[in-house]
Amino acid sequence: MVPTNYYLILSAILFGLGIVAFVFKRNIITLFMAIELMLNAVNLAFVAFSQALGKPDGEVFVLFVIVVAAAEAAVGLGIIILTARNRHSLNVERVDLLKL
Amino acid sequence: MPTHEQFRPILEYLWIIPLLPLLGSAINGLLGAKWPNKFVTSVALGSTGLSFACALEAVREFFANGQAPFRKEFFDWIIAGNFRAGFDLQLDQLTVVMVLVVTGVGFLIHIYATGYMAHEGGYYRFFSYLNLFMFFMLILVLAANYALLFVGWEGVGLCSYLLIGFYFLKKSAADAGKKAFIVNRIGDFGFMLGMFLLFRAFGSLDFQTVFAKAATWQPDAMGQFGTFTIACLLLFMGATGKSAQLPLYVWLPDAMEGPTPVSALIHAATMVTAGVYVVARSHALFTYAPTAMYVVAIVGCATAIFAATIGLVQPDIKKVLAYSTVSQLGYMFLACGVGAFGAGIFHLMTHSFFKALLFLSAGSVIHAMGGEQDMWHMGGLASKIKVTFWCMLFGTIAIAGFAPFAGFFSKDAILFVAYQSENSGKVLYGVGLLAAIFTSFYMFRLVWLTFFGEKRYDEHHVHVHESPGSMTVPLMILALLSLVGGWLAAPALWGGPNYFADFLSPVFGNAEAPSSETHSLELTLSAVAVLAAAVGLIVAWRMYSRKVTRGTSTGLHKILYNKYYVDELYQAAIVGPLVWLSRNVFWKVVDVGMIDGSVNGIAHGTQAVGDTVRHAQSGNVRSYAVWVIIGAIVILAIIFWPLWRPAFFVATSGGVR
Repeated sequence: MVPTNYYLILSAILFGLGIVAFVFKRNIITLFMAIELMLNAVNLAFVAFSQALGKPDGEVFVLFVIVVAAAEAAVGLGIIILTARNRHSLNVERVDLLKL
Repeated sequence: MPTHEQFRPILEYLWIIPLLPLLGSAINGLLGAKWPNKFVTSVALGSTGLSFACALEAVREFFANGQAPFRKEFFDWIIAGNFRAGFDLQLDQLTVVMVLVVTGVGFLIHIYATGYMAHEGGYYRFFSYLNLFMFFMLILVLAANYALLFVGWEGVGLCSYLLIGFYFLKKSAADAGKKAFIVNRIGDFGFMLGMFLLFRAFGSLDFQTVFAKAATWQPDAMGQFGTFTIACLLLFMGATGKSAQLPLYVWLPDAMEGPTPVSALIHAATMVTAGVYVVARSHALFTYAPTAMYVVAIVGCATAIFAATIGLVQPDIKKVLAYSTVSQLGYMFLACGVGAFGAGIFHLMTHSFFKALLFLSAGSVIHAMGGEQDMWHMGGLASKIKVTFWCMLFGTIAIAGFAPFAGFFSKDAILFVAYQSENSGKVLYGVGLLAAIFTSFYMFRLVWLTFFGEKRYDEHHVHVHESPGSMTVPLMILALLSLVGGWLAAPALWGGPNYFADFLSPVFGNAEAPSSETHSLELTLSAVAVLAAAVGLIVAWRMYSRKVTRGTSTGLHKILYNKYYVDELYQAAIVGPLVWLSRNVFWKVVDVGMIDGSVNGIAHGTQAVGDTVRHAQSGNVRSYAVWVIIGAIVILAIIFWPLWRPAFFVATSGGVR
């Protein structure tokens, strides 16, 4: 049986990759994928704890996260499509109309 | 002890006398705007008339009670530690005179005003103010302590301001109102300081307590210039403001901008006498302060002659009467200053009759002339407005001091006691007599210029007409009072009792200067006084009975015509520097620099900080993410730091072992 630590370390690495990608990439779709990556890293930690503790709570949370992520993907992709149409660009640095 | 069993409806509810005019004022002021004049008139006359009736009933009860001074505490107003100022009213002999004068003359002037103001705008506003004035004036004279007296004192000042500036669209009227108010504030400042000093010395502002303690006061370290002198001088400073004495008299002539009934009621008969009343009321303090008394006598005497000389040459009929009022008030203070408080109050009463009469007659003349006030544009009116003429003549004879009119007795009494005064009494008498000659002169000059001689107005434009009955009836009543008002003191002339002085003696007691001189002296002085009045009459007749022209003014005449340039002097010496200081220091430095500067500085500082900090809000999604991450790291570090450190130590110590 794989020790829980290994899962957690993998989860941390994936989450870190997500952060780095989110901060340094400019393409909106890439940012979106980075968010998905972070969510799934957390999901991995949840199921690892669920298995280690022998309780189903973590798995329930994971299901919730997947549902929310699906909804978020639907809305987010809609926003991305509209942005792309209006701006003719997927560069996130050009989506800054809210600044002062 | 019949005092407490008797049914005394008004005495026990003495507050009804001032309350009625207040109610009238409130009703007219709040509701009168939409009412026809008839309603406003009935409310105004009803409230003051009822008040007068209540005052009469209160006085009847007072006499039925054996003239025992009445005093009642109705409710507490201010209580702080040992200090108590209550809504306490009192009725003694002095108050009886004042209340009857205020309500009686006030009622007559109210009747007159219904005729005089009939065609003016703001009819309800006028009567609302006038009733409010009656309320404050009655509070002033009925108050049983200095604090409540001061309420009335300030209140009549407010009403004076409102009524002088009644025609507020006219700049000169608005300015005159402001001038009256500000000059009065100077006096009030002294009055307040006087009250503070009295409270410090006696621990109370109640008349009873203060005067009782004053009687047993031990001279303090300051000796003759002690508490009494300073307190009395400060109170007198308030009186100089309210009663238009030197050097604060300048507001009263300007106050003639107000409607004539106002000049009669406030600036002749009642309010301006408040200073005399306060000095007379505080006689228990003044008698212990001979220096202050002397100052009062000198200021009164100086004002009497000073104002009389200015009155000699004024062209405006109301201005002559205004300076005459200042001069007569000087007589009253002269009387108080030489210790004859009774004579001062006597002159106050007779003066309120004949001066109200003169002002109202002048108002009637102005009414007849369609608003003309310059006497050089009148003349020959005697045959056209007979009633007004005869009433004015009565008032003139009364103020000039011919027997048997009221002014003769009261002025004679003042000059008589001034003559006997130990402190340069002969000088005071001489100056007073000279002022009497001047008084007679300027009054008969007024009569001749107005009623005799040729017509100096355009008959095609001015339609001279007698005033309506609502104006002439009060005139006739006041004319009668001007004739008989002095007879209370008449028997004293042939050695009998002076009823008025005897009536007031329970109040003033031994404060009254003793009349040690022989009776023949009094008769001689009376004869001299009448002679003085005759001199004034003859000179005026010689100068003005023939055809007169205005002429150019030179020399002394020019100085008098310009009122000794006192207004210009005050403008240059006090008002000008104050304005300069206000504009260049208080406005441009303190207000703009310091106050506006600090407020604007705070605003600018906030804006500058915001300008810097707002760059954090870049609108760039990823920069926000970085902040979120940094925040998360910091929070995690804070949470895990204490957990992690012991483990670190355990690990290292374990390693060593």
